[in-house]
Amino acid sequence: MPFARESWQIGPMETNDWATPTFGADLAQRGYALNKMCYSFNHAENRAAFVHDEDAYCARFGLTETQRLAVKHRNVIEMLQAGGNVYYLAKLAGILGLNVQDIGAQQTGMSVEAFKSKLVSAGK
Amino acid sequence: MARIVGAITTSHVPAIGNAIARGLQRDAYWKPFFDGFAGVHRWLEEMRPDVAVIFYNDHGLNFFLDKMPTFAVGAADEYRYADEGWGIPAMFAPFPGQTRLSWHLIESLVRDEFDVTTCQEMQVDHAFAVPMALLWPGTASWPVKTVPIAINTVQHPLPSAARCFKLGCAVGRAIESFPQDLNVVVLGTGGLSHQLEGTRAGFINKEFDLMCMDKLVSDPAALTRYSNAQLVELAGSQGVELLMWVAARGALTGRVSSVHSNYHIPISNTAAGLMVMENQSSGVRSRAAGAETV
Repeated sequence: MPFARESWQIGPMETNDWATPTFGADLAQRGYALNKMCYSFNHAENRAAFVHDEDAYCARFGLTETQRLAVKHRNVIEMLQAGGNVYYLAKLAGILGLNVQDIGAQQTGMSVEAFKSKLVSAGK
Repeated sequence: MARIVGAITTSHVPAIGNAIARGLQRDAYWKPFFDGFAGVHRWLEEMRPDVAVIFYNDHGLNFFLDKMPTFAVGAADEYRYADEGWGIPAMFAPFPGQTRLSWHLIESLVRDEFDVTTCQEMQVDHAFAVPMALLWPGTASWPVKTVPIAINTVQHPLPSAARCFKLGCAVGRAIESFPQDLNVVVLGTGGLSHQLEGTRAGFINKEFDLMCMDKLVSDPAALTRYSNAQLVELAGSQGVELLMWVAARGALTGRVSSVHSNYHIPISNTAAGLMVMENQSSGVRSRAAGAETV
């Protein structure tokens, strides 16, 4: 018998909306290892350990191959697709020296300056 | 008996904490935001609250996905800000708790069928600390004791706006039945419209925010009719933090006046909102205003 997905669950990956992803049952389960690693970055010694040996640190948390590649690519949309939650990913972004305008620009395919201009123009 | 003097709702963007740490309040980018707090400071000086009950959302400091409470109430003598991973300096003095009021709230809420998680240890993140620093800037020790109430906005399903409003009503009833003469201010932090993730990152909706600020005072029941999916669509995936504003408004009696407000775009990726709502009647909780009927 095929797996019956409950109606309240977020749909499978291919039907999720990467314009505005909903971090619910599907993504929360898929992303657990990635998010757990990012949560560990609340501690400075863990951030240092990641910087010192990224492969070993990712392996310690059991990231999937997709998650490992998303981190390697520094690609936020790929991390979201791998189940990353933006609040935890922000801690990784901090290590990488990216603020929320930088990741906004990356996700929307804009320059950082253009992204900032868009924010300012929202107030006009 | 304890008395609710009013509610203050404000954005809590982490960048504000960095601006405070770097003394940028008069910088051209920040001035329109920080200047909005002068009226709040005057009001607080007049009201002199003893306690702040703070609705906020944890962003992955105290809670992880291993255990994610929908509603959590602090019951500690002290709450500390800690490293969130990306660098607001640890500049906040520890926040004193009010454990007697915490436990009174917990007992009253569970009796009211809000089965909250009780936290005798609780770290508080920027969503708690930044608003405190905005309301009482430059103080070596906080002039109020605090009760944190965390609402899950990390992992869906989130509690609905209607449910958060009812939680606020129950918190309001609990505060007003606390048998000690205390002046209590209720805070709701977060919002307004913003979205950090996805290809719609940077989404801001000024028209919706201004409508929410208006309705929050005059007709909060109107806001409780939105589903969270609608709030995400209209206010952005983090704009759903409006839930904390709705909860704070629920704690007021229904006879409420707006004594101060400010709105400024952008602070970081966010439309920053600020409101002070005074509780005009003390003691008499207006059921006719719709507080219990949504």
